[in-house]
Amino acid sequence: MSRSASKGLPRPPAPSAESPALLRTSKLVKVYRAEGVTVEAVRGVDIELAIGEFVAIMGPSGSGKSTLLHVLGGLEPATSGEIWLRGQRVDGLSTAGWAILRRRHIGFVFQFFNLLSNMTVADNVELPALLAGATPRQARKRREELLAELGIADKAVAAPARLSGGEQQRVALARALANEPSLLLADEPTGNLDSSNTRDVLRLLRRAHSGGQAILLVAHDARVASLADRVINLFDGTVADDAKIVPIPRTVNGVGDVLELRG
Amino acid sequence: MRQPLLALLAKEPAHGYELKLALEQIFGQAYPSPNIGQIYVTLKRLEQDGLVRSEDVEQTTRPNKRVYELTPAGRQALRAWVEEPSEGPRIRDEFFIKLILAPMAGLADRMSLMNTQRRHYLGIMRNLTELQAETDPADTTARLLIEGAVLHLQADLDWLERCLEELV
Repeated sequence: MSRSASKGLPRPPAPSAESPALLRTSKLVKVYRAEGVTVEAVRGVDIELAIGEFVAIMGPSGSGKSTLLHVLGGLEPATSGEIWLRGQRVDGLSTAGWAILRRRHIGFVFQFFNLLSNMTVADNVELPALLAGATPRQARKRREELLAELGIADKAVAAPARLSGGEQQRVALARALANEPSLLLADEPTGNLDSSNTRDVLRLLRRAHSGGQAILLVAHDARVASLADRVINLFDGTVADDAKIVPIPRTVNGVGDVLELRG
Repeated sequence: MRQPLLALLAKEPAHGYELKLALEQIFGQAYPSPNIGQIYVTLKRLEQDGLVRSEDVEQTTRPNKRVYELTPAGRQALRAWVEEPSEGPRIRDEFFIKLILAPMAGLADRMSLMNTQRRHYLGIMRNLTELQAETDPADTTARLLIEGAVLHLQADLDWLERCLEELV
């Protein structure tokens, strides 16, 4: 199954005919049980993400945001409830089924980059495409495009460990976008970066989103969250708020007013 | 406004419009554009307080301009301002007072107050990130000013989460 960015996503089949959601959950629950202790990390979450939409998940630590993201990416199984991706119910997929789904439709970016340290930058980025069945020539072409777009073309043959944190995160982003996923999931992508590297990652996320990339990310960093179309706030494993971000209108006095607001 | 004008005049005498341009040039668009009327009013008050003095300079093709310079008292006031530590951001936050009192009066529940406030902060943050993206990274003054505002705002959001954890 391949898709071209210019043609957009294939229409998801029923049952989501009445809603064009790319991702939808219903009464999603994740409970951890270990040594007689039960932790309800996600307690009945209903969320929806439209095609091309950028949604940020915020909330205090322990509110279940990372768990939710991991469950949505199939990194951990849901305890109950439903997950629909592209009109297909996916919560019951096997580990292998999830692996195939991720390869084709989900890109993942983590706080600590998670690059394969014994491979070059180029190989890290080409691997997902090769696994998904691209020819070496296609994988290489895509990798060259991505690294150039992310400003790290000159790092292709380097080992990830030789790169700065910001560069590693750009490589991780390139890898996540290699297969033109329907959905990019990101867990605190700037959590480990200084402010100038954060600015770069913000710029890249903004660019990916304006190119139609759907993004669901967990962020404590409000700079990242503020780029989203919508912010979902989790509290104690449930959705406490779900609202569009509305910029404060700029006044005649210019953007300086924004700073003056902060007194 | 008083101290920035004194500081600029400590460098060299200037007239009102030059001071406005200097402030704009130094702080860029990351600072509220100073209103020329406000600058003239401030200069007049500084003069009444004996911190600056002025004289009319004749111009051949234009009306006279009033050029201001710092007095010794002005230089002393400026030095005192520079040497004393500046106030930090306010701690007795208006929102916090609202958060504590409004539910007591049965006017609103805390969760919805916090949600409203968070949305507002995120809207401001959006403006700041846009401003940051538009700002030339080489413009250190503007960049740091925006970064300071971003950090304050992030702290406000973090505090909101702490309030959420403890009060709801």
